[in-house]
Amino acid sequence: MPKIQFKITLCDAPSCIHKHSKQIRQALDKELEKQGLKEKVSIHLSGCLGMCAKGPIMIVNPGYVMYGNLTENDVPEIVQAHLKHNKPVARLVIGEDHLYNRFFRIFGDVDFFGKQMRIALRNCGIIDPENIDDYLSLRGYEALAKALTEMTPEQVVAEIKKSGLRGRGGAGFPTGMKWEFTAKQPGPEKYVICNADEGDPGAFMDRSAIEGDPHTVIEGMIIGGYAIGASKGIIYIRAEYPLAIKRLEKAIAAARENGFLGTNILGSNFSYDIEIRLGAGAFVCGEETALIHSIEGSRGMPRPRPPFPSVSGLFGKPTLINNVETWANIPVILLDGGAWFAGIGTATSKGTKVFALAGKVRNTGLVEVPMGTTLREIVFDIGGGIPNDRKFKAIQTGGPSGGCLPEQYLDTPIDYESLAKAGSIMGSGGMIVIDEDSCMVNLARFFIEFTQDESCGKCTPCREGTKRMLEILTRITEGKGQPGDIEKLERLGTMIKKSSLCGLGQSAPNPVLSTIKNFREEYEEHIYQKKCRAGVCSSLLSYTINDNCVGCGACKRVCPVDAIEGTRKEKHRIDQNKCIKCGQCYQTCKFSAITRA
Amino acid sequence: MSEITQEKKDELKAFIAECSQKQYPDSYLIAVLHKVQGMFGYLPREVMDQVADMMQIPTAHIWGVATFYHYFNLKPIGKHTISVCLGTACYVKGAAEILDAIKRELGIQVGQTTEDMLFTLQEARCLGACGIAPVIMIDDKIYGELDAKKVIALINQYRKGVQVA
Repeated sequence: MPKIQFKITLCDAPSCIHKHSKQIRQALDKELEKQGLKEKVSIHLSGCLGMCAKGPIMIVNPGYVMYGNLTENDVPEIVQAHLKHNKPVARLVIGEDHLYNRFFRIFGDVDFFGKQMRIALRNCGIIDPENIDDYLSLRGYEALAKALTEMTPEQVVAEIKKSGLRGRGGAGFPTGMKWEFTAKQPGPEKYVICNADEGDPGAFMDRSAIEGDPHTVIEGMIIGGYAIGASKGIIYIRAEYPLAIKRLEKAIAAARENGFLGTNILGSNFSYDIEIRLGAGAFVCGEETALIHSIEGSRGMPRPRPPFPSVSGLFGKPTLINNVETWANIPVILLDGGAWFAGIGTATSKGTKVFALAGKVRNTGLVEVPMGTTLREIVFDIGGGIPNDRKFKAIQTGGPSGGCLPEQYLDTPIDYESLAKAGSIMGSGGMIVIDEDSCMVNLARFFIEFTQDESCGKCTPCREGTKRMLEILTRITEGKGQPGDIEKLERLGTMIKKSSLCGLGQSAPNPVLSTIKNFREEYEEHIYQKKCRAGVCSSLLSYTINDNCVGCGACKRVCPVDAIEGTRKEKHRIDQNKCIKCGQCYQTCKFSAITRA
Repeated sequence: MSEITQEKKDELKAFIAECSQKQYPDSYLIAVLHKVQGMFGYLPREVMDQVADMMQIPTAHIWGVATFYHYFNLKPIGKHTISVCLGTACYVKGAAEILDAIKRELGIQVGQTTEDMLFTLQEARCLGACGIAPVIMIDDKIYGELDAKKVIALINQYRKGVQVA
């Protein structure tokens, strides 16, 4: 067999597929064949590399040369210059990127347990997620072997406790304690659940983690099962993630074949298997008791705790539920020790956290940083700042349960307590950057509309309260706000937080309360001056035609209410009494002749 | 796709029989509903009654579950399903304008199907492709970096039966 000279990794995640990574693959195959290099180059597909803004991404090893923004036409040049004559095509190399330089400098060599920043996502983008051998070659399932052969279940729990790991799903409950509670429950029938019902709009960490490295999650879950004495694990995943489901199924089958799942795993007395259950689109199912009801085949409605799932969970048995990212941290903690893990991060929050950075930021994608990194470093250093010279306005963390933090909070270090103190939450890791073109009142309305719709309806404060809040916010964005509305929202929001049954209701008012706290003047402008400074709330806008108008008549034709008049080749005019402010003329005009104010 | 044939009924029966062999068979209700929707495109009332009969679960409970989850359709859907992502990242980048443009173009509201049964319009919470926001999904294909004009062009492509890469 001829020696492989180059290994190519192509990103095979949705963003890159959208940008034609499949066609690049075809072109690459064709060109390698043509140049007679087919035997000397191996091509691997990887999960999301996190660098979606510059996709499609391709990495050539050795040398960790990363190409981005590729088109099919670039392929022959890369094959000819780089793969044949070993001269990287400088024009296509994407260079100065903090995230990537660090990522590959650390993980490119064998000594991959150094000062890494990527713990949960350590293999994402490096291994072929559909090939168990790739995972095994990077110490995969070694942590499981160590647990089964060298450690008692109690020692495993102790190690997790020592690490200081806290739940990555949002609430931040100490993982080790959860394990200990469940382990201490009597009885042979216990369950392990992986919560992959990632429903926060704007978050895709769990999906990318599973698509990029499904075995890590599976290994974590097997170790969890051994530690608490369970024989069955269940992964509850959104039906909206077909690729992640496919990769999990494949990974579970491969783990069974290799003896990591099934009876007497690795020759021990421990038997365990994992099953996948699909969600069906209900945000509240991210709440653990609701999730359990959903797996049991019922409506996903939460119930009061206690009893906690660790005492009475799935089918009334002790159940250990952790989020995807939490599970992905487990094998590393066992291999490198809880003490090492506890050395990363801040006093109260250990390890790293994965964030899905999106919104008005140059480099959208996945970011895994040590706890204690500031929001500013994420937005401006890693994220590259705001595009189009717009001004930073706020950062939203924690999705519909979190809050919006303005500029003065940018130096807040990321950990559970600091974010809570600033008025937001860590959440599961959605991070949306907002610039001056977004209206904070409208954004608050958007989140309440979401939680109102997703409220399961079981408890009154959440069901009725969010609906009333939505009505008030809608009124304000339509220019019908009344004096006293802000105070009403504050009172209602505080009440809902205090009296709701589950985390959904207890956190639903957060986006409203935090925007009132930090952007009160925008609410006041909407109510008293009927003005939306960002130009988003359409009822508060007016459209006029300026002198750029050439009289082409395009606006006149699209206007649904015939509010535009004017003769051809002369400046047109909008009748403000007829105008319904739909904005169609504004979108249609090719001459920037419509002014929106 | 939505026809109820004996063949499909038998396939469903076999699936339910398989589930009933497992521990806690009732807990497979949502899996069965996924199966039904996969076969018919929606949850036909007639089939639900059969599921109730076969699984020995009251129809009322099944409908309670089916109506609770957004993923299940209770009415037949069009040839193409358009899901407009209204996740935060897309919303910030103008998803509402895209949704309005589609509504105007097709003359339907969210949750409805065009008279010619060609398109069904749905909202999606987050398609997890925030890096290329705003996005829509037509059937199982994701289209990103859209605006109101591009999305109309896209719909026209589907009308002509041409699928864009």
